Amino acid sequence: MLASLVGFLADFERAEDAAQEAFATAAQHWPASGVPANPGAWLVTTARNRAIDRIRRERTLAEKIHLLPAAEAVMDEFDDTVIKDERLELIFTCCHPALALEGQVALTLRALGGLQTAEIARAFLVSEETMKRRLTRAKTKIKATGIPFAVPDAHLLPDRLDAVLGVIYLIYNEGYSGRVDLAAEAIRLGRVLTALMPDAPEAHGLLALMMIHHARRRARFSGEDLVLLDDQDRSLWDMRQITAGRAVLDRAIALGGRGAYVVQAAIAALQTAERIDWPQVASLYLRLVELTGSPVVELNHAVAVAQAGDPAAALRAVDRLDLDGYLYFHSTRGEMLRRLGRDEDARAAYRRALELATSTPERRFLTQRLELL
Amino acid sequence: MQYALLIYAEPGYEEALSDVEREAAHAEYLALADDARCINGARLQPVATATCVRVVGGRTLMTDGPFADTKEVLGGFCLVEAANLDEAIELAARIPAARPGGAVEVRPVVQR
Repeated sequence: MLASLVGFLADFERAEDAAQEAFATAAQHWPASGVPANPGAWLVTTARNRAIDRIRRERTLAEKIHLLPAAEAVMDEFDDTVIKDERLELIFTCCHPALALEGQVALTLRALGGLQTAEIARAFLVSEETMKRRLTRAKTKIKATGIPFAVPDAHLLPDRLDAVLGVIYLIYNEGYSGRVDLAAEAIRLGRVLTALMPDAPEAHGLLALMMIHHARRRARFSGEDLVLLDDQDRSLWDMRQITAGRAVLDRAIALGGRGAYVVQAAIAALQTAERIDWPQVASLYLRLVELTGSPVVELNHAVAVAQAGDPAAALRAVDRLDLDGYLYFHSTRGEMLRRLGRDEDARAAYRRALELATSTPERRFLTQRLELL
Repeated sequence: MQYALLIYAEPGYEEALSDVEREAAHAEYLALADDARCINGARLQPVATATCVRVVGGRTLMTDGPFADTKEVLGGFCLVEAANLDEAIELAARIPAARPGGAVEVRPVVQR
């Protein structure tokens, strides 16, 4: 509903006000007159008409007239077929790279996720006032700078879709570290996006990735402790969601998807197998290294190589990486050194990791590893 | 909508270009100036020519130099008419100074 109103009014604030008024009117009239046959269309029509009334009151003669001609007769002839689904335009507006990233995230959750400002504020651990300001700043910039309410032209689309996927994945990762509601919200957004862009392989890749990871969330922690993939209690996995995630991944691959999200989803899918095909995981990580050039991905590649049975080669690869400030670099080295029987070096690596640990579960996990040596 | 494209670059970056590169950049500026969407534009003299003017208590005070002492300085501007921010950004991206360490600031102009 909000998407349709923003599209019609080209103004976030007005759309929100109009939607609120329509709900208030509904609360007044529906109990007495009964719920109309098509409540959604009724709300949109009412909101549009309220907005038009308001604009009429506000306008000083010739201004803003472009909104009016189309709007005169809408009430009578309005039906479901007229409601254009404008959520896709709204997604691209909210995730426009000219907006600050935190603004993109907040706006996406507010406008498409339908979260209240207070809920978003709680999820990002800021005050409601701060979140309100963040949203206002983003909405003001959209209006003042003429950020289009449109799906970008074909030549801009790949970059801009990347930006949208990035925002959704960011929301997901905020949820992954404990606040499950945001992760579920990101998955819902991913579903909306794949429904609106059924032929975009990376959108399916991202959705599959989030679903498969999310399906394992209950097994990742034991109390407060982090549980490694090998040690996870698989009965805690949501097998239905894993199956559904795999189906989405199949669709992404059928669409020709070979990008970073599709590859990551494929890795996640392989890791849910009874016996994990580590050489295959390693080759996918290699592809991901080519795509991202990230040393952290190289570290993951090395882990897969070690799991595939060659810890010596893995250690050589790890030692080439420049990741001294990264906790998992040292814990990974520690594990490889332990497997190679170099206990003293392993202890040193784990100790260095412990120095870098910031959370209690991380510290407890590393202390346990040290005690095992 | 009208947008101002404010062109910031490191002083002397053009001297560092080869003749071929400089000519290519020049051609790009000309092409932009010829674009129907470009209303107006100008290249500014080097920052060493800048004078800042302030009026304090009715007296006009001058200081030598630009308003802000930054590595990149305002070197020119372009006023364009574009359908929306995306179109303005595409025009901005065609400005050669946006590439070697410079930047183009896109600002909508207040409509009168």
